Amino acid sequence: MKAKIATFVIMLGFWVVMSGMFDAFHFSLGVLCCLLVAHFSSELLFPEHGKPWVRELVGLALYFPWLVKEIILANLQVAYVILHPQMLEKIDPHLFRFKSKLTRPIAKVSMAQSITLTPGTITVNIHEDEFTVYALTAEAAEALPGEMEERIARALEIQ
Amino acid sequence: MSYLAIAFILAGLFFFFVGVVGVLRLPDFYTRMHAAGKCDSLAAELVIIGVALYNLQDFTLASVLVSLKILLIAIFIFVASPTATHAITEAALILGVEPWKKKGKRS
Repeated sequence: MKAKIATFVIMLGFWVVMSGMFDAFHFSLGVLCCLLVAHFSSELLFPEHGKPWVRELVGLALYFPWLVKEIILANLQVAYVILHPQMLEKIDPHLFRFKSKLTRPIAKVSMAQSITLTPGTITVNIHEDEFTVYALTAEAAEALPGEMEERIARALEIQ
Repeated sequence: MSYLAIAFILAGLFFFFVGVVGVLRLPDFYTRMHAAGKCDSLAAELVIIGVALYNLQDFTLASVLVSLKILLIAIFIFVASPTATHAITEAALILGVEPWKKKGKRS
């Protein structure tokens, strides 16, 4: 039931942003559609029953500003390397692997996306708990998994 | 407000510029993926936020709704860009595109 209400609220917010019409006809049409979608497909948005997804959302909201800060810092590093006259000395592209202690798929995917979003590292593959990462510089590789994994674990690994 | 928007867009243009320079200068496919996929993610976000702010200059309901739609594009790019970068890189590794190595270093 909670999942259905949450789906309805999200859908209605999306409808309002997308349509921008608030007269009785269009708005009631939106409410009707959102009720139907929420009733039939709330499992698509909240697939796991009984998980504390409210706390997950809060955790993600707390994690997001840190991620943005990391992205900006890493972007400046990569910009420095790219614009450096002796660029080929600076870069050291290599593939490396590390084991992660994350267990839930959503946490692993968040980790992979975060790694790829921070410049200098691309997640190539996740197999079981082993991440394969392609790094541009040695410094970018050293930072992993480290703090990012801990923060994701705090945000999403709620049992 | 418009100065803030211009600052965001200029910062975004700077990172796009770095991305283009990176694509031209870096030695092989994978390192170019770094430049193309990464500098773009931040740069595109900055430009989109700048455009959304610029659009908010006359603060009416209609312009707020348009700005929210623009921010939805930003969210989409935020999710889609790393996914695409990952998929292209993995495909290249599977196909066996030869990565560039530093001289005198064996993997």
